[in-house]
Amino acid sequence: MTRLMLSLAAAVLALFLLSLTVGPADVGAGESLAALFDEGYGPLTLVMREIRLPRALLAVIIGGGLGLAGAAMQGYLRNPLAEPGLIGVSSSAALGAVLAINTGLAASLTLGLPLAALAGALAGVFLVMALAGPQGGSLTLILAGIAISAMAAALTSLVLNLSPNPFAANEIVFWMMGSLADRSMLHVWLVLPFALSGGAILLTLARGLDALTLGEDAAQTMGLNLNRLRLLLVAGTAAIVGGATAVAGAIGFIGLVVPHILRPLVGGQPSRLLWASALGGAIMLQLADIAVRIILPSRDLKLGVVTALVGAPLFLHLIYKTRKGLA
Amino acid sequence: MSVLSVRNLSVTLRNRPVLRDVSFEIQTGEFVGLLGPNGAGKSSLMRSALGLIPAQGHSSLAEMSATERARAVAWMPQSREIAWPVPVERLVALGRLPHLPQGLRLPPGDQALVDQSIERMGLGPFRQRAASRLSGGEQARALIARALAQDTPLLMADEPAAGLDPAHQISTMEVFASLSAEGRAALVSLHDLGLAARHCTRLILLAEGSILADGPPAEVLTPDLMARAFGISVWHEITAQGPVFQPLEVL
Repeated sequence: MTRLMLSLAAAVLALFLLSLTVGPADVGAGESLAALFDEGYGPLTLVMREIRLPRALLAVIIGGGLGLAGAAMQGYLRNPLAEPGLIGVSSSAALGAVLAINTGLAASLTLGLPLAALAGALAGVFLVMALAGPQGGSLTLILAGIAISAMAAALTSLVLNLSPNPFAANEIVFWMMGSLADRSMLHVWLVLPFALSGGAILLTLARGLDALTLGEDAAQTMGLNLNRLRLLLVAGTAAIVGGATAVAGAIGFIGLVVPHILRPLVGGQPSRLLWASALGGAIMLQLADIAVRIILPSRDLKLGVVTALVGAPLFLHLIYKTRKGLA
Repeated sequence: MSVLSVRNLSVTLRNRPVLRDVSFEIQTGEFVGLLGPNGAGKSSLMRSALGLIPAQGHSSLAEMSATERARAVAWMPQSREIAWPVPVERLVALGRLPHLPQGLRLPPGDQALVDQSIERMGLGPFRQRAASRLSGGEQARALIARALAQDTPLLMADEPAAGLDPAHQISTMEVFASLSAEGRAALVSLHDLGLAARHCTRLILLAEGSILADGPPAEVLTPDLMARAFGISVWHEITAQGPVFQPLEVL
């Protein structure tokens, strides 16, 4: 258990260093790392501090957040196919961002796009909670989430459909594929409070998620307040996913695949999966972000495309293994 | 000492009255079997007494806070849910959650209770096996062990013996009987009247939306009451091997 955590943490750190040393500027690893701490502030230091460092940090923060949110969502719904986007926050955040691009807000205002995406996420989460009601089980939450996702996706398509400007449409499509390229430390500071507060909220749910292993009835008689758990789960997930979508666009599959891979390694226990998935998510997103820089560095391969390309076959493999286990 | 007091409890589900004015009290030392035909409201009675479904009337457990209730009663629902492939040992340890001040690490005293529960349900060989991959009967025993580990004055279980093999049905009933002998209490719904006759100290017969009979097994398992509640004829004798009860025919 602790050995697993240590090796995951070591992998996160190693990939972080690797991520700092990969880029189009053809500099050695030692030299670029040294430049990071160089007080002289030469061009290489600039590259390191303003381009590579935010990118590497964002991969850790967002990947970790998405992995954690996925583990919490799967634990709450007791379903290995659940993912954090299920509550409609990522689609509504995307709608906010798309509106910002289309109206020109994204171009005219620094951080206009991420702020609009956060507003979209906030609106989405309030709608979902209003629809699902203060009480009630997981089913109403899923239904409300699906309704909001569908609505936000339809409105996003409508914006694309009516977009008078092909460049805006182009930009929207590429933004929606998700990327960590060309983000600044400003983006890191923007997402950090959301990711940290969301993560802190989700980590408090560990015991409740464990109790839910036995079903809602048994969990309630073990002293668990299901309504409170659901509210905290939605708030924590929304903060993480909303913040992540706002700065990086839609990055799928991490919240779905990472908990699924790590579950057997933590003995299936939802509480232990939370930390493991946070580290695993950071590993997967860093790997994907390093991959987009190494494969086709000149073509600006999008992060969401890579996570889906890697995630989908991985998921098929898991289904195959599950089927073999059943047979 | 009273561990559950239910007064004038009425339950209406989807505008259909399920239970009317049910009252009973359970003292420590009792092993109460809850009998009744399908749909008589056994599960509804237990769930409303726990406060899991809305009801009119009074139930001592439903009036407690969730934290208090978790130390007063352990509940094993009818649906045997084990969502994840958790090792049996950890599944049973979940029963200690309400007693841990925080975190998930088990103090030695709690670990001893977990080991004892595993031992009691004969789950020693399954400790490290994934609970969700056990057979139905083995899962039921793991879930009973989980409820035992909660170590509460009252244990309530909805058809815990269903799906167990005869040996484990008997040993499970003996575990409940030994709990009550230790000064705790159990309320268990059952369909096996033979098991109820031999092991319970008291039976509550639920039919027609209320309590038809409440008393020692010999007073409840009478031909008249069995005919009225289940529509069956029965053979019930006190033999040298203890009471033997056998349903015979549908009337």
